[in-house]
Amino acid sequence: MSLDAHLVVKRDGFTLDATLTAGPGEVVALLGPNGAGKSTALRALAGLIGLDDGHITLDGRRIERDAPEHRHIGVVFQDYLLFPHLSALDNVAFGPRCRGVSKTESRVQATDLLTRVGLSDHVRKKPRELSGGQAQRVALARALATDPKLLLLDEPLAALDARTRLDTRAHLRGHLGAHNGPTVLVTHDPLDAMMLADRLVILEDGRVVQTGDAATITSQPRTDYVARLVGLNLYRGHASEGTVRVAGDFTLTVADAFTGDAFVAFPPSAVALYNVRPEGSPRNTWPATVTAVSRQGDALRIELTGPIQVAADVTSAAAVQLGLEPGREVWASLKATEATAYPA
Amino acid sequence: MLPLAGLLIRAPWTTLPERLTEPGILAALRLSLLTATLATIVCLILGVPLAWLLARTTFPGRRFVRALVTVPLVLPPVVGGVALLLVFGRRGLVGEWLDTTFGFTLPFTTTGVVVAEAFVAMPFLVISVEGALRGADSRYEEAAATLGASRWTAFRRVTLPLIAPGVAAGAVLCWARALGEFGATITFAGNFPGRTQTMPLAVYLALEQDLDAAIVLSLVLLVVSVVILATLRDKWVGVT
Repeated sequence: MSLDAHLVVKRDGFTLDATLTAGPGEVVALLGPNGAGKSTALRALAGLIGLDDGHITLDGRRIERDAPEHRHIGVVFQDYLLFPHLSALDNVAFGPRCRGVSKTESRVQATDLLTRVGLSDHVRKKPRELSGGQAQRVALARALATDPKLLLLDEPLAALDARTRLDTRAHLRGHLGAHNGPTVLVTHDPLDAMMLADRLVILEDGRVVQTGDAATITSQPRTDYVARLVGLNLYRGHASEGTVRVAGDFTLTVADAFTGDAFVAFPPSAVALYNVRPEGSPRNTWPATVTAVSRQGDALRIELTGPIQVAADVTSAAAVQLGLEPGREVWASLKATEATAYPA
Repeated sequence: MLPLAGLLIRAPWTTLPERLTEPGILAALRLSLLTATLATIVCLILGVPLAWLLARTTFPGRRFVRALVTVPLVLPPVVGGVALLLVFGRRGLVGEWLDTTFGFTLPFTTTGVVVAEAFVAMPFLVISVEGALRGADSRYEEAAATLGASRWTAFRRVTLPLIAPGVAAGAVLCWARALGEFGATITFAGNFPGRTQTMPLAVYLALEQDLDAAIVLSLVLLVVSVVILATLRDKWVGVT
């Protein structure tokens, strides 16, 4: 079982044009900012909106013209959409009932599934009597009850509080691992995406801008959105012989030597700030002006302008010593070994 | 409230017991309850799918159909009765065909009463149910579809239970309107005791001969409707 889809959906000025593949048992996260088209992609896969172009091939069969009830795709909706008038048990038994399983048999299956997600004590409860985490599990059990060829999850953890989120994420990861078919997960939370998915597909403005595993995405972002998500400074420029020209005449010396269009990425903690121009090793030094100061964990995040916009993390003590406040002029430096360059 | 009080004050309380047992009253009451209930059932069968079409689908002329549904609300019931005669009368558009094909005529029969009442009461049901459908989250139907439910199954097992209060409220309104129906009934079905003479018709007839009898009939209709509506309201609509 695998998924191969090219989704083209046009809606009042917005165009989604994304290619999406997922192998058997693979969990793919669709990650992107609000309005990027993630939910549209999910609804198109489920058949709740039609494609304007492209195709959806699931398990070797073209399904883009099939009605949602014939696609055999399980969906966990963002706010779960458990049927409020049915018990947890009947919610889970609903799918098998629709596929022609007898009432008794479908209830046996549903009880079994609810036990597997750890809710054997709550089968008789109505959705309004369940907590957020429990409702999420019922929704997952309901989607899995039809033995779907493809599992779709729309922001599965977004409606949960922080504590429940942690438990549910671990629980969800276990169940996704047990599902044989491909899974597509939509989220705007990079942590959820990296914890739950084998592969990330970054969607911006209806287009796939980057795809890869968590390690590649976090170390080599290709758009400002991804760089912000993973907390890196990112520049695009032209590389030659160990230097990358990133803005006008401004060049950064990097550890990787190649020639061509390139990205340069480095963490804010790699940027050091000085009152006077530093002597010695770092070749990347430039004058900069502080534009904003904010707290970032234990450190202070300093936003700087100059030849390039850059974020730097410094300790509170250093910030006091340097008198860092908006408008202050400083020298910034970056060690060449901490800047990664990779082909654009 | 004043007209109701007037009814109570002017009621011939001394002769009430014997008047109540007159066979005409019982027959009219039974006919009224029967036809109003049948009309409500007809409205449910035709009106709920129509409301679903209006609320959930788009088709050419939908606005026109919606306007058409509300026509019986603004049309004088007598005009409605005339219109029904023109369509279902023995020389009417559909009536002539029904008569020659099945030997079946609607006007001046008990079935005719049901048709007239359903015609007038239908908007109450359709408007209530359409409102309930628009208020209900259609994404539950989408969730049902992803679980393999056909549109009909999704409607029957998910949407209908969700909008049950709206349907019940619409049915109660519809029934109440059918029970009080006069103009279309007398025009289309006539005023034959035991066959088409419902309570409002009996009241009207009695008014011309015997005021006290008319008051008694009105009282009975009043008491029966209040009792039934109060019971239904508590039980189905959940409003107290």
